[in-house]
Amino acid sequence: MSANGLTIAVPRGALFKQTLDLLDAIGVETGEVRANDRKLLFRDVGLVTMRPSDVPTYVEAGAADVGITGKDVLMEQSEREVYELLDLGYGTCTMVLASVAGDDPMEEARRRLGIMRIATKYPKIAARHFAATGRQAEMVEVKGSVELAPLTGLVDGIVDLTATGTTLRENGLVVREEIVTVTARLIANPVAHKLKAAAIDELLERVRAA
Amino acid sequence: MSDPTGTAPAAAPTPTTPTIHPIPSGTRDVLPDEMRELRAITSRALEVFQRAGYGEVQTPALEYEETLARGDVRGAPPAYRLFDEQGRVLVLRSDMTVPIARLVATRFADAQPPLRLCYLAHAYRGVRPQRGQPREFLQAGIELVGAPAPQGTAEALTLLCDVLDAVGLADYRIGLGDVGLYQALLDGYGIDGAARERVLHELVTRDFVGLRREVEALGLDDAATDLLVRVPQLRGGPEVLSGLDGAAAEAAEGLRDVHALLEPRVAQRLIFDLGLVRELGYYTGAIFQVYDPALGVPLGGGGRYDELLGRFGRPLPAVGFALNAERLHIALAGEERGERVRNGDAS
Repeated sequence: MSANGLTIAVPRGALFKQTLDLLDAIGVETGEVRANDRKLLFRDVGLVTMRPSDVPTYVEAGAADVGITGKDVLMEQSEREVYELLDLGYGTCTMVLASVAGDDPMEEARRRLGIMRIATKYPKIAARHFAATGRQAEMVEVKGSVELAPLTGLVDGIVDLTATGTTLRENGLVVREEIVTVTARLIANPVAHKLKAAAIDELLERVRAA
Repeated sequence: MSDPTGTAPAAAPTPTTPTIHPIPSGTRDVLPDEMRELRAITSRALEVFQRAGYGEVQTPALEYEETLARGDVRGAPPAYRLFDEQGRVLVLRSDMTVPIARLVATRFADAQPPLRLCYLAHAYRGVRPQRGQPREFLQAGIELVGAPAPQGTAEALTLLCDVLDAVGLADYRIGLGDVGLYQALLDGYGIDGAARERVLHELVTRDFVGLRREVEALGLDDAATDLLVRVPQLRGGPEVLSGLDGAAAEAAEGLRDVHALLEPRVAQRLIFDLGLVRELGYYTGAIFQVYDPALGVPLGGGGRYDELLGRFGRPLPAVGFALNAERLHIALAGEERGERVRNGDAS
């Protein structure tokens, strides 16, 4: 069964399993999604699966009525015109500033060179953090493993999302500052939010009760 | 044919290596097939406006920055500036409402209100990169000057339905809210200063999680907190208005007055939306936005701007709306496609 005829954008990756559990709990059939790793569109149950950072794109355009994604994605894509309806409370992660253990190379760069080089997948969140704390930093946007960048001397530090800190530790990095704690959020297309108000409010009630 | 499914891809067009003469991102050329359909839409719109007694006007695309700045277009400030030969700053208009306010104050300084004006014109806004947003877009709209709420608002909403009907849209709805409603609630609880700005920021950025956080930080009692979080999420039929009590009911008085004046065919298109906000800073009362299920973004909108004309020296209450012609076209094509699918005539 689908959620009142709504199309829901479901994030693959770290939020995938808990999102499917939530959907099960509110009565949306997810068996087919769990059984299919490659298939992306599940029309019968109104689910589309995608990477978390694509969820705001689909929801903003109305290709999905509602969607679930991390607050980190929403902060990074803050210009997206979507409604943020609910904090789902799971998928808790922290956006941190980290650098190699020992003497902090960011501190030396800031003092001697006046500017720090920072690798991140979240250039807007990182830039906002440095602007808010009055420091100059140059963003180096990377797509793959951010932890590699400070180890090779590409940058002085990184801004990245961490759940347990294990990957950071294994790469000899330590957290210097915590920027923000993020969780999964339920978002809605602004037009669907009006035209399908009853269906969306009912979904919200079921999620709150789950 | 060796392809049993009949879905063999067509051969790619032969590359002709045309000379590339780029145009700015967010602008585009309109070719005859599209133009014919677009023209049909805009002609119907103008016809409806003129039949209702609205005279078409044109204003320059370029205005002096200091003139338009009187209009307070927070959220959609003019994005393109240039200098004329005397060094004065010119801007490309970001909407038509402010230029028409200027026009009314200067060309119709003594005219007996109400004034009914309409336009079909391009406006220009800044774009965020990589978003496919237009810098230049075509608007069809009206301004009704000197007609106070609720009668003027009801006339504008009725005309809005007339034009959407004439364009051929079947499934459109109009979201109706009031910019003063939430402000009145905040006033009622004495919320001002930075705390008020923070609450309004969450509302304007459509973040109900943040709204709850900021409202809870105000330290009001449970009933007040619940009201300030719940009211802006209310939207639906007239039951949304009748379900209110106390301060919220009082704040929604203006919406009830408009509703009472509307014909059933207009009233049934409305979605009362107590959380509706619009980006332009000059709105003062009722605001509206046009939705169609075939498109994920609004087709246009409008509202009351009772103080804008005063800033140009002719204080008159006014209301207006603008429809985005390209979006009307997309929605119309979307509705037609949906119709074909429903008829089993999949193409």
